[in-house]
Amino acid sequence: MGSVLAGVLQLLALIGALALAYIPLGNYMAKVYSSDKHWRVEKWTYRAIGANPDAEMTWTAYLRGVLAFSAVGVLFLYLLQRIQGILPGSLGFDSVNPAQSFNTAVSFVTNTNWQSYYGEQTMGHVVQTAGLAVQNFVSAAVGIAVAVALVRGFARSRTGELGNFWADLVRGTIRILVPGAAIAAIVLVACGVIQNFSGIHEVGQFMGGTQQWNGGAVASQEAIKEFGTNGGGYFNANSAHPFENPTPFTNLFEIFLLLVIPFSLTRTFGVMVGSVKQGYAILATMATIWVGFVGLMMWTEFAHHGPALHLAGGAMEGKEVRFGVGSSSIFAVSTTLTSTGAVDSFHSSFTGLGGGITILGMQLGEIAPGGTGSGLYGMLIMAVIAVFIAGLMVGRTPEYLGKKIGTREIKLAACYILITPALVLVLAAISMALPTPPHSMLNSGAHGFSEVLYAFTSAANNNGSAFAGLNANTDWYNTMLGVAMLLGRFLPMVFVLALAGSLAEQRPVPETAGTLRTNKPLFVGLLVGAILIITGLTYFPALALGPLAEGLAS
Amino acid sequence: MNNSVLNTGRLLWAGLRALLVLTLVTGVIYPLAVTGVAQALFHDKANGSEIRADGKVVGSSLIGQSYNLPLKKGQETPEPDLKWFQGRPQNGLGTNSVNTQYKLILSGATNLSADSKVLVQQVKDAQAAVIKDNSVPGYTVKRSQVPADAVTSSGSGLDPDISPAYADLQVHRVAARNGLSVAQVQKLVDEQTKGRTLGFVGEPRVNVLELNIALKALAAKG
Repeated sequence: MGSVLAGVLQLLALIGALALAYIPLGNYMAKVYSSDKHWRVEKWTYRAIGANPDAEMTWTAYLRGVLAFSAVGVLFLYLLQRIQGILPGSLGFDSVNPAQSFNTAVSFVTNTNWQSYYGEQTMGHVVQTAGLAVQNFVSAAVGIAVAVALVRGFARSRTGELGNFWADLVRGTIRILVPGAAIAAIVLVACGVIQNFSGIHEVGQFMGGTQQWNGGAVASQEAIKEFGTNGGGYFNANSAHPFENPTPFTNLFEIFLLLVIPFSLTRTFGVMVGSVKQGYAILATMATIWVGFVGLMMWTEFAHHGPALHLAGGAMEGKEVRFGVGSSSIFAVSTTLTSTGAVDSFHSSFTGLGGGITILGMQLGEIAPGGTGSGLYGMLIMAVIAVFIAGLMVGRTPEYLGKKIGTREIKLAACYILITPALVLVLAAISMALPTPPHSMLNSGAHGFSEVLYAFTSAANNNGSAFAGLNANTDWYNTMLGVAMLLGRFLPMVFVLALAGSLAEQRPVPETAGTLRTNKPLFVGLLVGAILIITGLTYFPALALGPLAEGLAS
Repeated sequence: MNNSVLNTGRLLWAGLRALLVLTLVTGVIYPLAVTGVAQALFHDKANGSEIRADGKVVGSSLIGQSYNLPLKKGQETPEPDLKWFQGRPQNGLGTNSVNTQYKLILSGATNLSADSKVLVQQVKDAQAAVIKDNSVPGYTVKRSQVPADAVTSSGSGLDPDISPAYADLQVHRVAARNGLSVAQVQKLVDEQTKGRTLGFVGEPRVNVLELNIALKALAAKG
């Protein structure tokens, strides 16, 4: 069997596995966020928080909950790193410096998991498990909570009530993420991912002498890192490291984990708005873009253009033999079309066009299928834009799911889609214009610019992967990327929740012969088109200077 | 004003308590429970898949090693010990810079771009070395025979595997250096070659450490 065919078969197997999980997981998540019953452990938690889980919140109260919880999360994680030097189980690692602690704290709370540090020589057991991995859970749960609040906005009418943030946070963590991650972690250990609390470990070598490794709770962190679309590696090499991703099977399994919640949430959405077909339309849009991008990536990586790869006879720089080109291509596309940012191969050494595909994937806003929760709300915002465009064409007030898309709604959606491009383009331009920040580039020419563009694209879209040649551990990048991550995460949430509040207050408009059928293939086509055109026009000039220039030259 | 400060304070206090409870669940109970199950059911794997030869640990089957001769005086880069099968280049591996009381392996890739002159030179040098090292009397390696994985660095720098093509290419050299027949060594490589999982997942590969351990045993038998 050829490598190309094997790559395609792996893609088909992945699609099959995701399809099998779609209905049960999607329905289960709908039940989690609709149920009246509280588990006992949840009741204890609510008592500890001092919150009434049955109290409905307006959009502003919901937002305050999100912001307060996240602010505390940043502060806690910052302090934990600052005192690492005196914590037990720190393997002798020092406290992390202020700029890097800020960057890392923001990075994990915003579900970005950008890492300007080297995992194996910076973070001890306590910071990894009780700091970073905790945010892997709760930042994912916050994302899903906000998405569910938006779905409730569509599903409810004549009310200001969007649910209870504390209940959504706790249920998402305890009923979905913890059980899923626990099962996944055991599967990973069974395949060779390490899980221990030993210190620095010295073992003999074949040729004599010794080598030193870190022990660590890697499997438990790896599982939630993918399942919660986080992406922060225990080791510097992330999911390329054999202790994080030891076999071809674990590679496919990790891709499955990082896609399964975002795809299945479209089912949750369909169930909660009372029409699973609406969910299928959103799913079809996501799947079209994802499969299309994987196809393009495999084509360019197998073709291995670019002087060095051409000379080598294959695009194996930065890729592992056990995964090969096919499986690495699927991983690279899946991690950048979600907010994951884990890598099993290093994007900087991909072909010029392949690197461009990873950047464009993030720039689409990570909505195909996107991060846990953030993918669904990002895609629903694009759906609002798409029905608005369709409404303009036929000259009638647009509606989506029985809700009118009026001036207020379209303003909020427009603000949402403007934030990340503004952050990416402005901050990348400033970094190129200032005298020192360009010194961080490893490669020269178009690829050097791509490294900076990639960094801000990744941060503002809360992805976390990198063209990792860029030395991002400077005060400028630690601070500015931190700011991009914060604004890129929480400003969009403000608009999403405001939109949810405004939709929930409306009374539903009855469907007429003139209503755009948003559950039909025509709408899927319109939505895919709107996404590609809006993003394409926004980022085309920047892409032309970076990856397109590099890709077309070779 | 006072009221809103008070409300914000109350909200942050609730947030902190939520974080602490969830830290207990996801940051303490969860990792400890997973560790308990992992250590009980998959003890060897949870501790790094260590591999033994002649009664002592010689590494992990998952972590690639280098098979070099000891450094000679004045030498900066070691030469490969051609008696053993060689793994992939490791140009992306870093050295421990933060916490220098240890000599930790710092995993990583080169991150050099496809149009990088540095990478072109690395590939050229690696190709020349592979051709020179593996050409023995009666067997000349052609450039077109050198597979991509033999001249590129992996993502982790710790790739434990090479492609079967690269292993095959080393057979003549290894046989000559160890006083074994080509057929014997080729048989060894074929035995150590792993196919794709279920026939289609991943790529065929040979684990270099396991191959060298088997080679050592074979050479000792004569």
